[in-house]
Amino acid sequence: MAHIELRNVTKKFGNQTALRNLDLEIADGEFFVLLGETGAGKTTTLRLVAGLEKPTEGQVFIDGVDVADWGAAERDVALVLQQYSLYPRYTVRQNLEFPLKSKLRRVADAEIAERVARVAKTLRIENLLERKTDRLSGGEMQRVSIGRAIVRNPRVFLMDEPLSALDAKLRESLRTELKNIQMNLGQTFLFVTHDQIEAMSMGDKIGVLNNGKLVQSGTPNEIYNNPKNTFVARSVGSPPMNLIDGKLVDGRAVMKAASFELPYAGANGAATEGRALTFGIRPEDVRVESGAPIEAMVHDIENHGVEKILTLRVGETTLRATVPALTDVAIDKPVRFSWDAERVVLFDKASGDSLQHSA
Amino acid sequence: MAAVRTTGERTLNRVAIASVLIVTLIFLAPIYWIVSTSFKPRNLSTTIPPTVVFTPEISPFVKLFTKRSQLRSAPTPEEYEAAPWWERLVFDGGEKVVRSGRGEVQLSGYPSRFMNSLIVAITSTVLAVGMGTFTAYGFSRFKVKGEGDLLFFILSTRMLPPVVVAIPMFLMYRVVGLNDTHWGLIILYTAFNLSFSVWLMKGFIDEIPKEYEEAALVDGYTRMEAFFKIVIPEAATGIAATAVFCFITAWNEYAFALIMTNRRAQTAPPFIPSQVGSGLPDWTVIASGTFLFLLPVAIFTFLLRNHLLRGMSFGAIRK
Repeated sequence: MAHIELRNVTKKFGNQTALRNLDLEIADGEFFVLLGETGAGKTTTLRLVAGLEKPTEGQVFIDGVDVADWGAAERDVALVLQQYSLYPRYTVRQNLEFPLKSKLRRVADAEIAERVARVAKTLRIENLLERKTDRLSGGEMQRVSIGRAIVRNPRVFLMDEPLSALDAKLRESLRTELKNIQMNLGQTFLFVTHDQIEAMSMGDKIGVLNNGKLVQSGTPNEIYNNPKNTFVARSVGSPPMNLIDGKLVDGRAVMKAASFELPYAGANGAATEGRALTFGIRPEDVRVESGAPIEAMVHDIENHGVEKILTLRVGETTLRATVPALTDVAIDKPVRFSWDAERVVLFDKASGDSLQHSA
Repeated sequence: MAAVRTTGERTLNRVAIASVLIVTLIFLAPIYWIVSTSFKPRNLSTTIPPTVVFTPEISPFVKLFTKRSQLRSAPTPEEYEAAPWWERLVFDGGEKVVRSGRGEVQLSGYPSRFMNSLIVAITSTVLAVGMGTFTAYGFSRFKVKGEGDLLFFILSTRMLPPVVVAIPMFLMYRVVGLNDTHWGLIILYTAFNLSFSVWLMKGFIDEIPKEYEEAALVDGYTRMEAFFKIVIPEAATGIAATAVFCFITAWNEYAFALIMTNRRAQTAPPFIPSQVGSGLPDWTVIASGTFLFLLPVAIFTFLLRNHLLRGMSFGAIRK
């Protein structure tokens, strides 16, 4: 159980700056997901907490204590990686025992056996205990990795894309399992991923990293419904938020390129008259119905079973709309649409920042 | 489903097997020659054409391991009867004989030279591979200032043929008293092999994902414990391959052994040809000495064959 704080952390590798003045706070018992693209600095953040890297500037606190001089062994964190985290020459049991046999911990043999048995039961890997790790499937390997982390009862769990190398089905089931484990243990998790679905579905809180900077941090709902800028709007949500350039004229959103207009009912309306804006609207807030004000052509249909994702074309602009699966649409046929005027998010076109946040 | 083979493929297969057999025979012929000669009676060792069928004897080995004095005349039947079996074996048809029962049959220089070879080759291999592994690990895992230059410097020590420095080395060794000592040769061979060992081991260690050690570090182990518990077992194949190469180099080294040693620390390579002697050389003795000299490398390589094969194709298997 631990509270983690990174205060004004900068990390440079030679000329490369991996993290810039990062401030991050993870509450005790929180499932915190760091979301970002490759090279955004997620793994570096994790390694700083683990003690595998030292910050160039700034401090890392675990439970309020500056851990600058603590090695990885002393920080009492557990690490689960995407790959290569199991010791290849050992059996599953030996892997699970390994952290307990450290001289630092001095756990009695009987307790080691008991803890291993308990973890194996939790993760349903009892039948694998005597197997060599190179004879495990990808999903089993990650289960054992997670087991090796749990068996220690560490203060913090650090996970670096532990599910990314698995196939989709397995990923989904392990996602649920991992979330359950976290809730049962009540431990602090720092989970790094580039997969926004993982972030949305597992995180109590999400931190979006871009280029070594924390762009936004908040609950999945905050991030999803009220993205701080167009970067977050684009990277969270599948399909991502529609972003359309335009202006507010007399309380109506007037699209520049597409030359259509729709009502706007959000805040900040008056203050932004005439300014170059980007309107953000989630695909599920685009309403496709007969009698709606705008006509569009259906450019593409993705059938997901429970719903269909339409790509609509209005002039030069394309936008995505999620509709129930039974909606009668066909490619290259016109449909009419509007949007939920209260759900529109305004971004400044030049900076990409959300006006809701700056207000 | 078994693949259906065409006649063409089958012929090709046979040709391939045949060529492999022929090449193998060509490579094995000298070895057969040495081995067979070391079991031949002396008069059959130099016949033309070579004798292929003969009754094997161990007299060459007895001669190899014993030192004999020549007698002016053939032994009397009494002397012959009184002699133990190994002395009778070297009576050599009665022409060159030992004076038995009078303490004149002694252990020859060969066993001690062989031991010297073992001591020097094994110690220098352990040192070169051990230091090489540590050095390689350091280069592989830590940021070393001027890493490229240092590695090139290490490699450059192999660019000069070692014999070029034989004379200065000899003079230096004489001053510091390392001439004709085991440590003298061990230091030399370790120095030869170290650069090779560092480069080879660096390749192998680079292939081991550093995530393993980091996991161990996070799991509460020191860097040193992680090195011994995780890196060393993972690098076993590489260590085996490097050790075989270092051992072979040290075991076969001739020039320095000839220059730097003469008695106490002399190894087998300079000793065996020295037995050719001034009179008529006894090729069976030389062959038996050579045969025994071949064995350790063969055994060592055989014991490590699995590691070696994996070591050679390391990159290919891993990724």
